[in-house]
Amino acid sequence: MTGTGVVDDALAYLNDPLSWTRTGGIVDLTVEHLLLTAAAVLLAAVVALPVGAWLGHVRRGAGLVVWLTNATRAVPTLGVILLLAAGGLFGDTAVVLAAALFALPVVLVNTYEGVRGASPAARDAARGLGMPGARVLAQVELPLAAGLVGAGLRTAVVQVAATVPLAALAGGGGLGQVIAFGMGTQRYGQVLAGGVLVAALCLVLDGAVALALRLLTPTPLRAASRTASRTP
Amino acid sequence: MADNPWFSWSYVTANADVLWARTAEHAVLTVEAVAIAVAIAVPLGLLAVRVRWLAAPLLSATAVLYTVPSLALFAILAPVMGIGRAPVLLGLVVYALLVILRNTVAGLDSVDPAAVDAARGVGLSPVQVLARVRLPNALPSILAGIRLATVTTVALVTVGVVVGYGGLGQIMFQGFRNNFYRAEITTATLACVVVALVLDLVLWAAGRALTPWLRGRAA
Repeated sequence: MTGTGVVDDALAYLNDPLSWTRTGGIVDLTVEHLLLTAAAVLLAAVVALPVGAWLGHVRRGAGLVVWLTNATRAVPTLGVILLLAAGGLFGDTAVVLAAALFALPVVLVNTYEGVRGASPAARDAARGLGMPGARVLAQVELPLAAGLVGAGLRTAVVQVAATVPLAALAGGGGLGQVIAFGMGTQRYGQVLAGGVLVAALCLVLDGAVALALRLLTPTPLRAASRTASRTP
Repeated sequence: MADNPWFSWSYVTANADVLWARTAEHAVLTVEAVAIAVAIAVPLGLLAVRVRWLAAPLLSATAVLYTVPSLALFAILAPVMGIGRAPVLLGLVVYALLVILRNTVAGLDSVDPAAVDAARGVGLSPVQVLARVRLPNALPSILAGIRLATVTTVALVTVGVVVGYGGLGQIMFQGFRNNFYRAEITTATLACVVVALVLDLVLWAAGRALTPWLRGRAA
């Protein structure tokens, strides 16, 4: 196996229109990959956004949020996916659950920090106007937290899109299948092509989400900062 | 007593030697990757702080590499470098780079300019200022980056299973293929968490020993 031979094979694979358009080809797998990513991020956001916003609003649970973020870093994603699969939740279900599990702390910590870090003066003013707690959260704290929440969602999207390929090792779908099949059949050109495709998808997604966030965020709130994701 | 399907002590005792070998392999690979990353990232951080315009491109480049999923990176490296340890090690170094570089730059940037001025004022040479004032002041941030990189790397090693060198990941995947031997997967996953915790504890202790002046302050 020589390096150039593998590159040639990868190019041949990527140049073959059939690898893209056939059933179960690159186009199908990419769509599947995006759907799995969306499902996992939605699942994580549905849980993490309200919990993070509420904890930030009542300004409690900092220890829990930090602990959860740090503890989940140490748990190998692959182990969780394989355990879920072995427990009967095969393939796609396992990967959506596992990816959501690891995306959850990312969204949680950013929402929490964003709401908690909202300007105390603005919060006081809202209270002084007689707003009840829920309205302070909805109309003052959450809009001020938008930048950080958005950054958390962006990190979560990229992290999940990067986690989904692992599921191919446990029978799940998405672009990881190109890599898994290539490895299984010792077609290393296909492995290389799959790696490039997955990497490209993640970089494009990252850029697309960043652009969408920029367009959606009103100019005065554009002070978003990024947080590090757990699993590249 | 029938064996618990999720965790069985008899599995651990019967396979102690394999578990130990894989755990050692896992830990050594992690330490080696982080050590190489430190050797590259800390000097790069020093350079980025000195040559200001380099900081942004250096950080962006490592951030782009960081966005590439580990599975994809191993898949790209394996056909070129061959199956086995080399692509995994290189991949892990790449991922550890960003965290350490970012914390090194942040740490050096946060050094009190007054302290640097005072050091110059008492006649310290630039090298002495770096060794005695800048680096010690940036050390807590750098150490925090190294700890974060280490814990992340331990979890990432398992992905190396795609190229045949995943430490404890090998055991996880073997358990998956052995007709879903759950006890095997659980044991390897837990062992992975333990490796991360132990390495983190060692680094925490080393950090404490290296920064005696911080003792007594809030952690």
